[in-house]
Amino acid sequence: MMDAISFTLSDFHVLKPAIVLCLFGCGILLTDAFLVRRIGQRWLNAVTALVGEAVVAAVLLQYLPDVRSAGSLTGLGGSIVVDGFGVFFNIIFMLAAALAVILSARYMEAEGEQRGEYYALILFAQAGMSIMATGHDLVVLFVALETMALSFYVMVGFLRDSKRSNEAAMKYLILGAFSSGLLAYGFSVLYGISGSTSLAAIGEAIADRPALDWIMILALITTSVGLFFKIAAAPFHMWAPDVYEGAPTPTTAYVSVASKAASFALMIRLFVTAYGSVAEAWVPLLAIVAVATMTIGNLAAVTQSNLKRLLAYSSVAHAGYMLLGLVAFSATGLRGIAIYLLAYVFMNFGAFALIAALRRDGEAAEELDDLNGLFGRAPGYTILMAIFMLSLTGIPPLAGFYGKYYIFLALLGEGYYILAVFAALYVAVSAYYYFRVIRACWLGEAAERPASLDMNLGTRTALVASGVLTVLIGILPQRFIDLAGESVLAALR
Amino acid sequence: MSEHILSIIWLTPLVGMIAVMCLPKESKDLIRYVANGFAVLGLLVTIPMIRAFDSSNGDFQLVERHDWIPALGAQYYLGVDGFGYLMILLTVVVGWLSILCSWSSIQERVKEYYAFFLFLQAGMLGVFMVLDVFLFYVFWEIMLVPMYFIIGIWGGGRRLYAAIKFFLYTLAGSVLMLLGILKLYFDHFEQFGHYSFALEDLLRVAAYTGPDTQFWLFWAFFIAFAVKVPMFPFHTWLPDAHTEAPTAGSVILAGILLKMGLYGLVRFAMPLFPKGATDELTVQLVALLSIVGIIYGALVSLMQSDWKRLVAYSSVSHLGFCTLGLIALNPNGIAGGMLQGVNHGLSTPLLFLAVGIVYDQRHTREIADYGGLANRMPVYTVLFAISLFASMGMPGLNGFIGEFTILRGAYEVSIWWAGFAVLGIVLGAAYLLWLFQRVMLGPITNPKNENVKDMNLREIIVMAPLVAGCFWIGLYPKPCFEILEAPTNKLVERLDPGYFSRNAAEPADESVQLSRLLPAETPASE
Repeated sequence: MMDAISFTLSDFHVLKPAIVLCLFGCGILLTDAFLVRRIGQRWLNAVTALVGEAVVAAVLLQYLPDVRSAGSLTGLGGSIVVDGFGVFFNIIFMLAAALAVILSARYMEAEGEQRGEYYALILFAQAGMSIMATGHDLVVLFVALETMALSFYVMVGFLRDSKRSNEAAMKYLILGAFSSGLLAYGFSVLYGISGSTSLAAIGEAIADRPALDWIMILALITTSVGLFFKIAAAPFHMWAPDVYEGAPTPTTAYVSVASKAASFALMIRLFVTAYGSVAEAWVPLLAIVAVATMTIGNLAAVTQSNLKRLLAYSSVAHAGYMLLGLVAFSATGLRGIAIYLLAYVFMNFGAFALIAALRRDGEAAEELDDLNGLFGRAPGYTILMAIFMLSLTGIPPLAGFYGKYYIFLALLGEGYYILAVFAALYVAVSAYYYFRVIRACWLGEAAERPASLDMNLGTRTALVASGVLTVLIGILPQRFIDLAGESVLAALR
Repeated sequence: MSEHILSIIWLTPLVGMIAVMCLPKESKDLIRYVANGFAVLGLLVTIPMIRAFDSSNGDFQLVERHDWIPALGAQYYLGVDGFGYLMILLTVVVGWLSILCSWSSIQERVKEYYAFFLFLQAGMLGVFMVLDVFLFYVFWEIMLVPMYFIIGIWGGGRRLYAAIKFFLYTLAGSVLMLLGILKLYFDHFEQFGHYSFALEDLLRVAAYTGPDTQFWLFWAFFIAFAVKVPMFPFHTWLPDAHTEAPTAGSVILAGILLKMGLYGLVRFAMPLFPKGATDELTVQLVALLSIVGIIYGALVSLMQSDWKRLVAYSSVSHLGFCTLGLIALNPNGIAGGMLQGVNHGLSTPLLFLAVGIVYDQRHTREIADYGGLANRMPVYTVLFAISLFASMGMPGLNGFIGEFTILRGAYEVSIWWAGFAVLGIVLGAAYLLWLFQRVMLGPITNPKNENVKDMNLREIIVMAPLVAGCFWIGLYPKPCFEILEAPTNKLVERLDPGYFSRNAAEPADESVQLSRLLPAETPASE
């Protein structure tokens, strides 16, 4: 026990990203209260948050050579392990948080809710996610998950005057708490099985158990359901459309990308390290959930008229594809998830960035029809939007294609032909609703009072950067594939 | 220069697209000149390819090969053989003409139109020259996007429906092909221990996989190509897309896009899975679908009251001949099928251009609204008649050569195949001649047709090269057969090893020397 109490330099080293984020978060709260509010330039909080992201980026870059040479850095008595997998996901969180901050600066200003707390919450959520990707201990993972979730509940309801935003927050809170409860219950069963909270020890204990009994199944089902809620897999996806629609758009983007990535990180860690030996039990479960998720996500998205709801269902469908990567349970499949999530950051944020900027008379315009005739008013951004939609569909050579590529390859490699055919044909279904967006932009007739794009330098940069990266990852994917490959090998080690 | 010639060919339209995008959208004429300039340039840059190409060589030529994504084993790998060479030539010519023919018919969103068209052109050229299956898939998919916009923005009344239907049908077929590609790629890795998408590497896998695997993989590829061809029952996107597309879009669709299906079959599906392609069930099923397509397409054409839709359905019928030829799996059938693909790429664009010329004046496609046009449009009547005869298979014109060769190939397999195909030819003559009679002959019944103008010089220039091509292939097909001979023989030998040694006993290497296939009554055949 003495070990856990003494805090050494290496413990500090593995916690650096979270510590930096918390410090900057608190710093924003303080400077906002005593300094920024006085000058009345509250967008400065966003700048502080971005500086925080830059420091996190520096820390992550510092990790990379160590992780490559040593394999992993361990701290806090093995509760935290920084390996290639953790660093890769931290890069995803960092990119997502930075994009969220940039978009929020303009959006929250326009909504009249420009406050420091919001940016602090973005960083706090990221601190939680950072540990979700590096944690190796049930208690640490659970606390990290709740840190993320609590920050998100508040961010979703941040538009205090908007009924929808409040409703979304309430819904998210109740369902989120329920799912966290299930997860905690499952964790307690795992502790009961193994007598340890360390993932590695749990994994060994499960492997040593004679057979798959009901107590193991109980643990498996409760933890899976808890995580299905977090990644919005069917039939536990119901919160997603309402939350995505009600939340401030940058928050929607952040939740859809980062929270999904973090939950997948936890899920991969748990299933590979702890449940690796009972794969035959959970593979069918995940396969059924994945197919149901793709079906519900894709079919429900077809009829949506609200852009954020459409993207919410599309995000449900994407979760289904990523789950298939776990179903294949091979290095290729996990690499597919990693690449998919990386591409998803840019293509999804890009799409949300455009929606966040879309306004009519100062009111946020979020309907599909609001895009009508956008090409005539902003051709460049409309081309970017088309790129994001094509990438979400999975048209090569754009970033989104490679995620699907690896997942299909993994399914075929493991002999899941029927699943692969299902997944492939749903690509054609998804093309239908992504093309509804493209159709509105390019072919729709502009309304009398058309919505226009309200941008500042930050939004423009975020949009163009997302677009450029979506194309760049598509045309020259080598580096990104290597990075994802390294990360996955670390997770499997 | 010569080692990059293929890259230059497909990049020229892409540079043109970027150039068009940089121009201000108000200066429409400038955009038109630039786009047409690049289209002509695209034609000119093929000259070094024509000079360098050696038709006696059955291997891939003008090869260009670089690493692209080493992690996947995907390469930037280009090269042509006879099949690709003919298709590239067809693409640059038809692409140029369709850009030229849009000069006055496209008045709205001119800049985007030409940008998309040049983009489409680059994508199509890419498809016909890549030898890396991954890159092939990229070109194959990416090219759908500009076509979607061309139909969706500049098309007719039901353009939105037609555009998305076109897109979804082809996409559904392509993703199945992607699974086939990945499975093959995985099998290659299992056998040889390294990842590669290069065609020559993947070709080696066939020796190690069983007939069942090859059967399923063949069909995974085949469906993608059958949707594109389009083969009955995957053809339902075609009448909508062709009818609603603007004239130039229909020309490109009929002239080039459909040929991608044929090209895909001979370049990928058949050689990659020889056991799948020669499987008894595959052969019978494909032949049956081809014959149903021929007859059904012709019968539906007979029933059409919409001129453009009639031409669209005639494509279903004509492409049925091509696939019937290919699945005959003998030199006559395959060479005839590909040649007929080229022929269709010359004669059907002519028919669509003809519809476009009167449509621009009268804005109706109903056959009943016309009648007696011959009285007012003598030049048009002559050119339209030539197009019809070419399409119908009149001796002396290209369609005859193609259909005759296909019939020979089909006859070698089964007299029934040939018999049904002949029925298709008869029906083809019926709907085309009846169309001619209804729109061209007789007195002018509709007063609105009194003032139609005959073709102007630009329209004649657009149609002239295609008409010349029809006559050239009709009267002197030898060069085309020579180009097709080497790759066809290679393909047949791969599908049926020993085919030529078994048939060598036949008199005077008749089945090998495709260039001697000319019917005796055709003049100037020597």
